[in-house]
Amino acid sequence: MIRYYIKLGVLSILKNPVLSVLMVAAIAIGIGACMTILNINYVMSGNPIPQRSDVLFHVQLDSWDPNQSADDGGLTEPPNQVTYLDGTALLKARKARRQVLSYQSSRVLQPADRDLRPFEVNTRSTTADFFPMFDAPFLYGRGWDQAADDGLEQVVVLGKEVNERIFGGENSVGRTVMMNDDVYRVVGVLDEWPLVPRFYDVTTQAFNEVEELFFPFGVSVAEEVGGSGNTNCWKPWDEAGWSAFLNSECVWMQMWAELHGADEKQDYMAFLDAYVESQKAIGRFPRPLNNRLNDVMEWMADQEVVADDVQVLLGLAILFLIVCLLNTIGLLLAKIMRRSGDISLRRALGASRNAIFSQYIIEAGVIGLCGGILGIGLTWLGLRGIEVLYRQYEFVENLVRMDWVMILAAVALAIVSALGAALYPTWRACRIHPAEQLKTL
Amino acid sequence: MLCMQNISKVYRTDSVETHALREFSLTVEEGEFVSVTGPSGSGKTTFLNIAGLLEEFSNGKYELDGKNVSRLNDRERSRVRNEKIGFIFQSFNLIPELDVFDNVDVPLRYRGMNAAERKQRIERVIEMVGLASRMHHLPSQLSGGQQQRVAIARALAGEPRFLLADEPTGNLDSSMAASVMELLTEINHTGTTIIMVTHEATLARKADRNISVRDGRVNSGQAIHIAAATA
Repeated sequence: MIRYYIKLGVLSILKNPVLSVLMVAAIAIGIGACMTILNINYVMSGNPIPQRSDVLFHVQLDSWDPNQSADDGGLTEPPNQVTYLDGTALLKARKARRQVLSYQSSRVLQPADRDLRPFEVNTRSTTADFFPMFDAPFLYGRGWDQAADDGLEQVVVLGKEVNERIFGGENSVGRTVMMNDDVYRVVGVLDEWPLVPRFYDVTTQAFNEVEELFFPFGVSVAEEVGGSGNTNCWKPWDEAGWSAFLNSECVWMQMWAELHGADEKQDYMAFLDAYVESQKAIGRFPRPLNNRLNDVMEWMADQEVVADDVQVLLGLAILFLIVCLLNTIGLLLAKIMRRSGDISLRRALGASRNAIFSQYIIEAGVIGLCGGILGIGLTWLGLRGIEVLYRQYEFVENLVRMDWVMILAAVALAIVSALGAALYPTWRACRIHPAEQLKTL
Repeated sequence: MLCMQNISKVYRTDSVETHALREFSLTVEEGEFVSVTGPSGSGKTTFLNIAGLLEEFSNGKYELDGKNVSRLNDRERSRVRNEKIGFIFQSFNLIPELDVFDNVDVPLRYRGMNAAERKQRIERVIEMVGLASRMHHLPSQLSGGQQQRVAIARALAGEPRFLLADEPTGNLDSSMAASVMELLTEINHTGTTIIMVTHEATLARKADRNISVRDGRVNSGQAIHIAAATA
């Protein structure tokens, strides 16, 4: 019977093209507006590393001034980043299965090919565990190892685009690049890595793309490469120079630890607390003990990666969808009442109320499906509109992607919405008396 | 057999009560062709609607084919309508967007028959009403008489025990009306019980028996067994 009802639904749509187009358009516009914002919300709030998000923990130590807020978080919130002193101390202790200390910087890359001009690249100075911990996908080679970190080896991992630019996309492992007049050996080339949001460093811009080049943290510090992200300080340091900066209370590095299970997390927290107590003994960490370990999704929520105005927009978009659906209810009601003769006839010929309900609810489903398909097109247009409107922001490109989940969600939402909108008109259709209209047909 | 005993039907609004049928009693034997006549507003159509389980009644008892159908629920009434009763309306009541085949198919769909059996039945009844060559025409492509034939085919497709016809020739010219009446008579001869509401005395006389309805009651004095009267 479902196929029969679908056929009747299609015939009914064709019979009343104007009314049908209005209904499909109302649903499509509502779905388009709602899904455009929902899609952005979905991309922003998605889990960037679902397979490992529960074992990766962002580390916060409350080294901040007791009389000032850190990162607008209030007096009880620890800073989002760690100092060089603390980061390297935690790194050396090796209390987690894996740990990453990193910061963003910017370097000038000088291709070996003299025909190519030097260019600036976003880089990340990091430790060897970065690649296995964050499941970085490699096109060629792999990341460097602990020995390279310890030996301050001048090695790099290139992003796919940089590798294409310098080496034409070939396997460049073993070849060298010049960075600020120093020679670095390529040990790996990353594949496409659409990490949205870029969870490991949300202090700069969570929706920026991953960096174009990675090199060892120790080398970066030795080369006195400053960070290009946020550096926040609450206490002036006594002397000038790089060494004094490294020993300051400035926070500018991101620290992550890989911990499996509650016990490991508890042990690591105890280690952090003990470390802070030892620092308090030498006059640091004036605030009460307040260390934090947040897994990836907790950290994304803590940092409010999905901006408040996006949530407000989502609410407005849902309200707009509801308004569209109210219009659809009116249109459906008009359509069904216009067909009360047909309903009376079918009832006379043996259709039960359930059969009439099924027929019209499936017709509404067909309308919803059409609205959903058109709504996908409008969503795509909406996303492209946002991309054009905010093209000056590099990260916007990462937010206007639409995957299969959202395409299917758009169709499902459209069908569910249409079915919801059809409930009252269909109920009215079922109440039409079989004898009511037969004389006037 | 159709048996109504003391059926009453009252339509109520806030201030007005209208008695459409008053203690209406009637028995129609199996295989009979009964015509129902009476002035406008006499209750003919209300009687036909109640007989066809399209309307409920206020009081009385109604047995159809030996079963008390007075207080059936919606699903049961729908099933009885679908399996035992065929309807023919004055204005044909075909669904305009469906072709002849699909119009005849409508009642069979609600019976849950398989496609092959439906097809066989549909083709047989369409052929029987002489429209085999118009199987895939839309109603708008047919004359009034042809449309009524399609409606008759639709009523017959479910092989009903009772055929209820409300002014079946009311919208047809005399020659088409005659051919439809001829068809109804043929159908009656195959054993189907027919109850036909009509205004036209000449058509009423073609039935086995005529019931005259006045003020919601059977005007018993006017009940005529036509076969006996003509004998």
